[in-house]
Amino acid sequence: MTSSGPEAEIAAATEPAAAFGGMTLCAGSGSGPLLALAEPLSFWGGTDRNTGEIIDAHHPQRGRLLGGQVLVMDASRGSSSSSSVLAEQLRAGVGPAAILLTARDAIVCLGVLAAAELYGGGIPVVLLDHSDADRLHQSALPASVSVTAEPGGRAAVVLSTGAGAPEPQP
Amino acid sequence: MNGPALVLTPEEEAMLDGGRGPGTAMAMRIVVAVAGVLGADRLMPITGAHIDACLYHGQAGLDFAQKLADLGAKVAVPTTLNTSSLDLMHPGLVRLPPSEAVPARALMDAYRALGARATWTCAPYQSTERPAFGENIAWAESNAIVFANSVLGARTERYGDFLDICAAVTGRVPHAGLHMGEHRMPAIELDCSPLSSEMLGHEAVWAALGGVVGRLVGEKIPLLTGIDPAVVDEDKLKAFGATAASSGGVALFHIAGVTPEALAAGWDSGGDAPGKTVITPALVCAMRDELTTADPAAPLDAVALGTPHFSVKEFRQLAGLLEGGPSFRPGCTVWINTSREVLEQARGDGTAQAAEERGARIVVDTCTYITPILGPEERSVMTPSGKWAWYAPMNIGVDIIFGTMAECVDSAISGKVVRHDQQWT
Repeated sequence: MTSSGPEAEIAAATEPAAAFGGMTLCAGSGSGPLLALAEPLSFWGGTDRNTGEIIDAHHPQRGRLLGGQVLVMDASRGSSSSSSVLAEQLRAGVGPAAILLTARDAIVCLGVLAAAELYGGGIPVVLLDHSDADRLHQSALPASVSVTAEPGGRAAVVLSTGAGAPEPQP
Repeated sequence: MNGPALVLTPEEEAMLDGGRGPGTAMAMRIVVAVAGVLGADRLMPITGAHIDACLYHGQAGLDFAQKLADLGAKVAVPTTLNTSSLDLMHPGLVRLPPSEAVPARALMDAYRALGARATWTCAPYQSTERPAFGENIAWAESNAIVFANSVLGARTERYGDFLDICAAVTGRVPHAGLHMGEHRMPAIELDCSPLSSEMLGHEAVWAALGGVVGRLVGEKIPLLTGIDPAVVDEDKLKAFGATAASSGGVALFHIAGVTPEALAAGWDSGGDAPGKTVITPALVCAMRDELTTADPAAPLDAVALGTPHFSVKEFRQLAGLLEGGPSFRPGCTVWINTSREVLEQARGDGTAQAAEERGARIVVDTCTYITPILGPEERSVMTPSGKWAWYAPMNIGVDIIFGTMAECVDSAISGKVVRHDQQWT
């Protein structure tokens, strides 16, 4: 990460509220507004592959957009076709900026790995302890999260809250 | 939190390093990365694969298959293909716009170029060639996975898009999950003795039971007890597993006295073991009613059969129900999803013709709930398939009446919902 650009601006205008480690599932770095999913989500059927919008009629966060968000979820739910849908959202630029999980979810990781193989880059996917994930779920909003996941090892997660953090979507 | 480091054999190292070509190297990069995600200590060989990624979900899936093919990858083990987005035998049946149909067709071509067999079925286990007890395989598609594990006693994890084809190309999967015997033990006993053998004579009852079980156990492995083995056949196990995989995440179940691992281990009722749950007819009927979202008093527009794909035996059963009876009512289309292979056998038997002569329409290569086939006027649809009932309202916007095959047939003949309540007690 460089010291300029939008990420640095967010960091300067907000207060680091917490920093903790996790385990890298997919290497990369990314940051963005926090989107902690209140319930599991199937990317297939539950999100629009072209827009990244949550369309699951039963999901409490229906209508929210995944694009550029740091997604916190326990694991995906349902169809293994979710890998394709997530890869397509990443290709189209409407996918999340990073994904933080509490389970070793191969379906989520495969979507990210396939997109990285095809289009380069690659967003980080990190395995968190439940206690750290709970902190993110309970974080005051607005909040932003910065994630750096080293290949084959440790990942760093920094949570920032405060006036400078981006407004959550309605 | 890190597991033991992943150790590769010299052959696997050669695949990863490009010594077996760039396509194999790409596939091996994905397999190795997923092994890391799962914390596996090694890879293991497989004897076959079943690919679900041939259903079109956008440009990325096509790009992935075409890149593998362009890099010269070929499957290393016998590989079958799941349902696609198109019916190539009946052009014009699928109402996809060209912007979807053209890349969907290209995706099918890419998987054939990779060396997979053009089976286009979600029920590869209804083929003459199927994996044997204890074989390690990489199957995708949730109903195929649960059938292979539970009914055949083969071993597969819940594979899905991208990893399925990468496993087929490398002939390897991570040593993890349901490939390991210690992960295949039952976690919860479900006592089904209150369900009568008469009730369990209907596939749709098994489908509803699967819905109940999936919701109860989630991804855990259930052991069903109290079922007379004489009432069980593969169509019922297919119906059960498909709905249990849809409503929960069941990838393996055992039935005392029936499924091969339960027979081998001699598992039977654990008495009053903790975690034992009793399944009642009322629970099964409640699932039937929950899956029913349409007004049963409204005119019936269509019937959907064959999800998972209709078997030869189901064609015979349907022909038996139709024998001597009238045609289906015009305006109530009976759709039957099946594979080319099964259709050929059913034509040989004359059972497919018996359905078609009464107005049924047969779909192959794909399925009526994953791609637009039903017309806009077909809104109220009856089905004995729990999986169709689970996904079709979300996918294609229809309302459901859930019922047995006999209820479906009699309803299609009269054009309105006919119930046989005695089949549900």
